[in-house]
Amino acid sequence: MGALAALFRREARLALRVGGGAMMGAMFFLIVVSLMPFAVGPDLNLLQRVGPAILWVAALLATLLGLDRLFQADYEDGSLDLLVMAETPLVLAVAVKALAHWMTTGLPLVIVAPLLGLMLNIAPGALLAVSLTLLIGTPALTFVGTIGAALTVALRRGGLLVPVLVLPLAVPVLIFGVGATSAAVTGPMAMATPLMVLAGISLASLVLAPVAAAAALRLALD
Amino acid sequence: MIAFANPTRFMALTDRLMPWLWSAAGLVLAIGLVMAFRAPADYQQGHTVLIMYIHVPAAWLAMMCYTVIAVSGIGTLVWRHPLADVSAKVAAPVGAAFTFLALITGSLWGKPMWGTWWVWDARLTSVLVLFLMYLGLIALWRAFDDPVRAARPAAILALVGFVNIPIIKFSVDWWNTLHQPASVFRLDGPTIDASMLWPLLIMAGGYTLLFVALHTAAMRNEILRRRVRAMRIKAAAVLAPAQ
Repeated sequence: MGALAALFRREARLALRVGGGAMMGAMFFLIVVSLMPFAVGPDLNLLQRVGPAILWVAALLATLLGLDRLFQADYEDGSLDLLVMAETPLVLAVAVKALAHWMTTGLPLVIVAPLLGLMLNIAPGALLAVSLTLLIGTPALTFVGTIGAALTVALRRGGLLVPVLVLPLAVPVLIFGVGATSAAVTGPMAMATPLMVLAGISLASLVLAPVAAAAALRLALD
Repeated sequence: MIAFANPTRFMALTDRLMPWLWSAAGLVLAIGLVMAFRAPADYQQGHTVLIMYIHVPAAWLAMMCYTVIAVSGIGTLVWRHPLADVSAKVAAPVGAAFTFLALITGSLWGKPMWGTWWVWDARLTSVLVLFLMYLGLIALWRAFDDPVRAARPAAILALVGFVNIPIIKFSVDWWNTLHQPASVFRLDGPTIDASMLWPLLIMAGGYTLLFVALHTAAMRNEILRRRVRAMRIKAAAVLAPAQ
């Protein structure tokens, strides 16, 4: 337990200090969202309708940022070998790394989402729903992304490959995330079902993704 | 399956099998096509319904091919079967081709029927995602310079993706019931008349035989390619001995 806590602290510290990686995701999120009114036009009614979708796609792209470095930096400096050889099960170490990555890239998105939602003219009632779906859904994006990061860890051009591998797998998360957000505008009852499916996907990815990612890491170090 | 773990035995067996496979595929496809042309034209769609006999089996094969890749992935990860990774590698482009064929023929069918080349309908979207997953698999295979090292990461990706296939299909259906109540395109097996069902099933059989022939031929090519690679590495080692 102590080892995992130390790993978590190390990951969080690295993300917060080196190059401000944690804030980078939120900044990218802000930039993508503010580009949208330029692309689709400043029509507030239109923005209100597509707002939840914009927030979700932007969050999806922002989650991909830095994923390729999740294991690659450790692979290059040799600390990944130590993680694999350590007594702590690799699956748990991977889960902790992914969790720390989510805390520093996913959580900031959840926090700034209501502000950006306000700029996109999303109804006040739905603002909370957007944040809630992002809070439940972004861990799934990070954990699925962890598999992509682990598969490409030993590749020189791995960074380009990660989105290609990860984005098709992220489709269900996006569907239910946007579905729940859109349903929130209709009424609280309609929102419950997609939200629960979203939570189910998140929990399943929380359990399954570290197993697949750990297996991929072991192969990379063979 | 263990008996064929020896690639030499596999090559010898398939060498004799290949002509039969090609002929069987050609024959069944020919019968299926003749039957399809003799099948009655649809009362609403006219003769454009003929596209169905090309389109629907291609879509089935697109799904089946991913299943073959996933099963091969299990073979690679669990038994380290040397032919499983060959099978998984060469099935990906074949599956991508069937998926592409399903998308293209669907589009050609959609234009006269729905008046549009593309709809973001549940089934279309899920097949497009399947196509993207094939492309991702091929990209991962190509990213490694040693084909043997690529096998197991690709197997993991294939298995992870396989978990996702039913989720994608289910969820997108579900999503559309929220947003657009009526599905545009339905083809329930039992509701189709026997005069059209039989040609369709025979075409599906022909497609499956064609897939088996293509897959086996591609596996033979891959085995030969790996032998050439091994011989080149050996030759290079002889030419430039380590200091």
